[in-house]
Amino acid sequence: MGMPITVEVLDTLAIESDFDDVFAYFEYVDEKFSTYKQDSEISQINRRELSLKESSPDMKTIFKMSEQTRLETNGYFNIRHNDMYDPSGIVKGWSIYNAAQILRQKGFGNYYVEAGGDIQMLGTNTEGQDWRIGIRNPFNLDEIIKVLSVTDRGVATSGTYVRGQHVYNPLAKNELITDILSLTVIGPDIYEADRFATAAFAMGRSGINFIERLEDFEGYMIDKDKQATFTTSFEEWVLHD
Amino acid sequence: MSKNQSQRNIGATHMIKKFFLSSFVIFSFIAYVVHQRFSHPDLALSPTPTMTSIVSQKSFTVSSSNAPFTTSVHPTASILPTAVPTNPGQYKDGVYTGPQVDAYYGIVEVQVTVYNGQITNVQFLKYPNDRRTSVRINNIAMPYLQQEAIQAQSAHINIISGATFTSRGFAMSLNAALGSAKN
Repeated sequence: MGMPITVEVLDTLAIESDFDDVFAYFEYVDEKFSTYKQDSEISQINRRELSLKESSPDMKTIFKMSEQTRLETNGYFNIRHNDMYDPSGIVKGWSIYNAAQILRQKGFGNYYVEAGGDIQMLGTNTEGQDWRIGIRNPFNLDEIIKVLSVTDRGVATSGTYVRGQHVYNPLAKNELITDILSLTVIGPDIYEADRFATAAFAMGRSGINFIERLEDFEGYMIDKDKQATFTTSFEEWVLHD
Repeated sequence: MSKNQSQRNIGATHMIKKFFLSSFVIFSFIAYVVHQRFSHPDLALSPTPTMTSIVSQKSFTVSSSNAPFTTSVHPTASILPTAVPTNPGQYKDGVYTGPQVDAYYGIVEVQVTVYNGQITNVQFLKYPNDRRTSVRINNIAMPYLQQEAIQAQSAHINIISGATFTSRGFAMSLNAALGSAKN
């Protein structure tokens, strides 16, 4: 899994060390939660070398939030898979949110933090408008199929199709999610948007109904027939030139 | 009580300091404007604040523990990927197989079935677990939701939200399969 991270700060006072602080935080998260790293804390837990009780406060937080999300999504979100834990579905949104908080605490007001297509933003872009976010075409990654105008919220897209990655249907373990290719969720912040995007994607076609029922969330789902289905107030975020 | 009062006093001193400071700033600005007006009458009266935008990108390669991190800082404007509108077009009926694409964690190969010009099935011939899976077509009506056919947009954007690296293998194989299905 590769995860490119982009941080942009428009405030004039931003200096390179501010970016270093944000990236250092992501490195810390990666060292702790990467299931690909043998010496990460999560790998130690998976090898049963470390119990959850002995784990760090951040690890406990992640497990607590994962359990809460599992209950809120009727079991569709589950970090436990074949007796191993992969909390990346919750860690991603949580770490982007925290990284954005670092910038906020430094007093910056116009920025975004983007990691692997998930975004937390605040303030405005260089033209003084809300941030313009393009939704990528899952059939052609060089193409944008929707432009949103959003700020002070989180936008996450779930769109992994291969089991063994972080989205699979935990209630029907041998089934791949291939009916839908992409689900974008706009939520109050990136932590909320990301966890519900991941869970709703695992629900397949009915995932968009789940998003529809959540207050303060909007969603845009693209299926394999190149048809999009979107929630009632999604249009309010769409930019029409 | 006395603590509160002392805090209030500090606040008052601050207020006065702030007042003097802001008066000084306002006065300097007026003086500057007057000076500019008289010395450069052609200049427009809009002091443009230079909004410098810094984009910093870093790629995390979590699969290899010794991978070096690369950082690049571009002191220029935000990233503006250009979206090229393409015609989705019709597909010829048939079964098309995409090439085997390395999806980082293993090889992915996708097969697409086109019937009446529409994609009716997408199948993984190969994915890391090496098991075949079929796709169920599900047409549950969704009365509250709206639908539309996706369409390429060419508007100016700042950030992209979408399928990430992990899904590229799938997309590449699927695209290639659909490419050969094009009329």
